[in-house]
Amino acid sequence: MPNCKTAVPYRGTPEQEERLRKVIEDHKGQPGATMPVLQAAQEIFGYLPEEVQIMVAEGLDLPLSEIYGVASFYSFFTLNPKGKYQISVCLGTACYVKGAADVLSAVEKKLNIAPGGITGDGLFSLDACRCIGACGLAPVMMINDDVYGRLTAAQVGPILDEYIKKG
Amino acid sequence: MSHIRSHIMVCTGTGCTSSDSPKLISAFEDELKLEGMDQEVRVVKTGCFGLCAMGPIVMVFPEGACYTRVTVDDVKEIVTEHIVKGRIVKRLLHMEGEEGEAVTSLSETQFYKHQLRIALRNCGVINPESIDEYIGMDGYTALERILTEKTPPQEIIDALKNSGLRGRGGAGFSTGTKWQFTYDAKSDDGVKYVCCNADEGDPGAFMDRSVLEGDPFSVIEAMTIAGYTVGSNQGYIYIRAEYPIAVKRLELAIRQAEDYGLLGENILDSGFSFQLELRLGAGAFVCGEETALITSIEGHRGEPRPRPPFPAVKGLFGKPTLLNNVETYANITWILNNGWEKFAAIGTEKSKGTKVFALGGKINNTGLVEVPMGTPLRTIIEDIGGGIPNGKKFKAAQTGGPSGGCIPAELIDTPIDYDSLTAIGSMMGSGGLIVMDEDNCMVDIAKFFLEFCVDESCGKCVPCRIGTKRLYDLLCKITDGKGTLEDLDTIEELCYHLKSSALCALGQSAPNPVLSTLKYFRDEYVAHVVEKRCPAGVCRNLTRYIIDAGKCKGCTLCARNCPVNAITGTVKAPHVIDQNKCIHCGLCLNNCRFDAISKS
Repeated sequence: MPNCKTAVPYRGTPEQEERLRKVIEDHKGQPGATMPVLQAAQEIFGYLPEEVQIMVAEGLDLPLSEIYGVASFYSFFTLNPKGKYQISVCLGTACYVKGAADVLSAVEKKLNIAPGGITGDGLFSLDACRCIGACGLAPVMMINDDVYGRLTAAQVGPILDEYIKKG
Repeated sequence: MSHIRSHIMVCTGTGCTSSDSPKLISAFEDELKLEGMDQEVRVVKTGCFGLCAMGPIVMVFPEGACYTRVTVDDVKEIVTEHIVKGRIVKRLLHMEGEEGEAVTSLSETQFYKHQLRIALRNCGVINPESIDEYIGMDGYTALERILTEKTPPQEIIDALKNSGLRGRGGAGFSTGTKWQFTYDAKSDDGVKYVCCNADEGDPGAFMDRSVLEGDPFSVIEAMTIAGYTVGSNQGYIYIRAEYPIAVKRLELAIRQAEDYGLLGENILDSGFSFQLELRLGAGAFVCGEETALITSIEGHRGEPRPRPPFPAVKGLFGKPTLLNNVETYANITWILNNGWEKFAAIGTEKSKGTKVFALGGKINNTGLVEVPMGTPLRTIIEDIGGGIPNGKKFKAAQTGGPSGGCIPAELIDTPIDYDSLTAIGSMMGSGGLIVMDEDNCMVDIAKFFLEFCVDESCGKCVPCRIGTKRLYDLLCKITDGKGTLEDLDTIEELCYHLKSSALCALGQSAPNPVLSTLKYFRDEYVAHVVEKRCPAGVCRNLTRYIIDAGKCKGCTLCARNCPVNAITGTVKAPHVIDQNKCIHCGLCLNNCRFDAISKS
């Protein structure tokens, strides 16, 4: 998965940075603070660029290598920004046996991106995720908070066209 | 309080929420207001009823009518017909069996008849966001009794030992013994921790999530009792961030319990204090392993460490730590309230009580089921699960997810308990039960699970980091049609090396799906290797797409969609696929409107 340093320039605002500083202040000195702080940081910025990792490392008085180690270990953390529409295709077992791989490849072909990637216009990002828990609706795809269940590969194109139209 | 004559229970578990059940709740409330009945009919949001395939589910009491796949458009009819006129809306009732017989009471269905709900006792029964409803179902009686009578901890531990409760996370270690170890362990400064493993990472499993969404207080009460028993004042629940509803309900439940003086400082004036904190996981399967989970709570990369020392001796922040799974905790207050004898009377000789399974895959009644230990797989699949859809044949069931193995059709009468499953090369695991039919390729399934383990291997130990990858490569070679018979022997050898040398359970059990499919479906592997054929027609590179000349209308849609121009033919004449050019992408099959293209 392409989860390395991002090519997109950092666009954090002073307000966001202030919010992060407050979170760091609240957690400082607590045992095991790294994860809650990074989770909050991702909520504030949407992802964890190098600049944010440095702020967390300096704030918690920990080496940057350790922050980067944690941020790159867990799949929930992303070092890349996400698209306006975040697509996740569930590849959990229940979805997989019901043809989720075909759904995923239909999305890949339609948008010409691989899982972990983002389209050039920043409109769509694609992730293959493990079980979102809606196994009764398998195979399932999520676009932001909207769930599309009992999907076939042929339905993917028209669904995405709707979002493209919305822009 | 006004008199409530009817309750409309709407499931708000993750499955039904995904099918828009929250919209149903507001629609019911609006409709009841319109009819002027909002004072006598109450809309209740509940946890999972279990029949996720038929969601969203709405139950109307006192009749107990179970409506399935309810949409906002149906709400008006349910209110005007059922609530106002007392006429059950037959059209929306749950149908069972081939004949499509409408069922009014859920407890009479085949789906429920074979179930016994202990861990799920309150799921779908109470509003999980109200501590009063939990207390109304005998909640907190166990904690109250223990704290007011000052029950000796050893007595509680003995009850658990006698009950025969084993860890529901998968390994099946005796819960009472675990509590004993943590109770006996000495801590230099007296600090001990109680943790709950709610990092349900097994793809296709949602037992723990449903318990936390449907009955969060049962876990919180059990953890408080655990704190009193082993001598700990601080607990952590490590839960996946991917479970937003469960996280929200737990936060709410913790706040309510604190407000009622059932959690926090000086609980029920007993002098005993217990704080509970949530820690969110961040999507790492390996963090379900106990030492990795502990490392993760400490704020590091979730990498496991060798045992011993076991967490009971040296766990979180180096202190003795009790770590149990959600479902294990959910059983504890039931045992303490009903007596260990009653619990020990359920199940088999070595596996007591019940087990919750998340039934998924090619099965009619996808959902959540709880059965006594020792229930044959056949009962779960044919009776509770309602069999395989579309008249297909049952091929295998996978228990234990990526760490488990498959159970082939000929072993369908195997009783489901810890030891029987281990004996046939599978394992109980946390409770994922995925059903596969004749359309599933077993080599592909083994590859799928291995790909998952490659992805999720933390990379700390070499056998797992490199071994799973090499195994995966070998399986890819086979599904690509390039495998040899020697590869099968190499795979088997590598599996045994991995099992014996990996650091933690993730690596040690990663080969299980491969070994069990090799054991029971070797002929499928051989077909891939020798005949270069995938019997189920799943493996792309071994699949041939063929156009039926009789059905083809010559519309040219397939030829226009083929990315490599492998399809030729003129308008209104049957087309042909050049097998040498075909890259098996399947686009032609997806696009054909006349059902003229088939896989072989």
